[in-house]
Amino acid sequence: MDFLTDLFANPWVALGGKVLLVAVMVPLLALLLGFAELKLSAKMQARVGPYFAGGRWGWAQLIADGVKFFQKEDLIPEDADRPVFKMAPILVLMSTVALLVVIPFGPDLVFQDLSIGVFYALAISSIGTIGVLMAGWSSANKYSLMGGLRAAGQLIAYELPLVLAVVGVVIMAGTMSLSGIVEAQANAPIPYFIPQALGFAIFMIATLAELTRIPFDMPIAESELVMGFVTEYSGFRFLFFFLAEYANMFTMSAIAVTLFLGGYWLPGIPESTLAYAGPLILAAKVFLLVFAMIWFRWTFPRFREDQLQALAWKWLIPLALVNIVATAAFKVIF
Amino acid sequence: MTPDGNRAFPGLGLVKGLTVTLTTMFKTLFRPGKYLATVNYPKVKETPVPRARGVIALDQEACTVCMLCARNCPDWCIYIEGHKEEIPPDKPGGRVKVRAKLDRFDIDYALCMYCGICVEVCPFDALFWSPEYEYSEHHMGEMMHDMDRLQDWLKTVPEQPALEK
Repeated sequence: MDFLTDLFANPWVALGGKVLLVAVMVPLLALLLGFAELKLSAKMQARVGPYFAGGRWGWAQLIADGVKFFQKEDLIPEDADRPVFKMAPILVLMSTVALLVVIPFGPDLVFQDLSIGVFYALAISSIGTIGVLMAGWSSANKYSLMGGLRAAGQLIAYELPLVLAVVGVVIMAGTMSLSGIVEAQANAPIPYFIPQALGFAIFMIATLAELTRIPFDMPIAESELVMGFVTEYSGFRFLFFFLAEYANMFTMSAIAVTLFLGGYWLPGIPESTLAYAGPLILAAKVFLLVFAMIWFRWTFPRFREDQLQALAWKWLIPLALVNIVATAAFKVIF
Repeated sequence: MTPDGNRAFPGLGLVKGLTVTLTTMFKTLFRPGKYLATVNYPKVKETPVPRARGVIALDQEACTVCMLCARNCPDWCIYIEGHKEEIPPDKPGGRVKVRAKLDRFDIDYALCMYCGICVEVCPFDALFWSPEYEYSEHHMGEMMHDMDRLQDWLKTVPEQPALEK
């Protein structure tokens, strides 16, 4: 153990270890959540679902899918803007990886605690939007372009309620550091999702829209746009989009959990236990939110484009502003 | 507004939908035998209904090479070749009989769209629907079934259901 402690005292080794851990975590989480989606959707539709890959429960189904994607040819359309086309999926995945950095998994378990953690998380999550736009623009395909344009319209519209919903939490906690927000919730009389119920609901709806998941999947919309901005992608570049979608489900839910549900903290569990139980508590809370996302996906039909915009601009943004004013007034008065 | 004109509580439909998916999930999780709508295919197989359109079987003896099926096939997926065969007269000095002999009868299932027009149009009851469906191949060329293979499918043709009174 002394040898390991000495080794990780070296900042370069520690940095490399952290990078490696994040690089392993992202695909693992994506596989786990993707598999959960496959099985849960099957049960919700009274189907058997994947059953053969891996022998039991079809646990290796997504690994088999991944291997399949690696075997496929990496096709690039002739008219595509090649460097942009190649960069886009990497950019989308990078935003996910970068988001994971600020999520506190335990009292001391955070890759890098930033004093402006919330700001960083929201800023980084919109880099993925640029990747989506790049993919839509560079594919030289009308479906991709339409998908990219819809994604731009949608992600701009829902970025606002997402940011505004968080402001209420920041006002209550008095800090923008994610670890600080968890600590503030641990010391608060009631967890934030009760006074900030409105903010929580707005945040979750906006998160669904940011992830372009059903019922907000207009940019992908298989039935009308083929696959939107991912139409022209194949092989491992498609896999990148796939991984990013599911890993993003985890990271965005983890941020929602950190902001509203107390993160790694659970009432009645001593600080010493939290050090190692923290990640499990966080994962359990995240899974609750991810389950809700999967549940919504297999229940609701898709929004029409105008309904989607109306929901953001006419309802979510005004409500989020009201929430900010109410929270601020409450904070000043009491 | 519900279809019958009653003003429903806003968001009630969303909750109803969520309840349906959640209850279905728990039902299939805990009582798969009762609520599962699909079967675990290669291990468990459903019995197709007797009139299922699986594959077309050929009765070579009944075929007269009249070509009606080939000409009516919308996909042109039936290939028929035949020749005339002379049968010696029954009595010496009688007339020589002529019979059509089937040389080739192929159905290309890579082209077939399972419309069943050939079965309907056959005036001699030489073509039948069989409910068998497991005949996929690794190469598309192997989807061309020759007359012997089509004859084999005849064994799988179920008894015709009785006519309705």
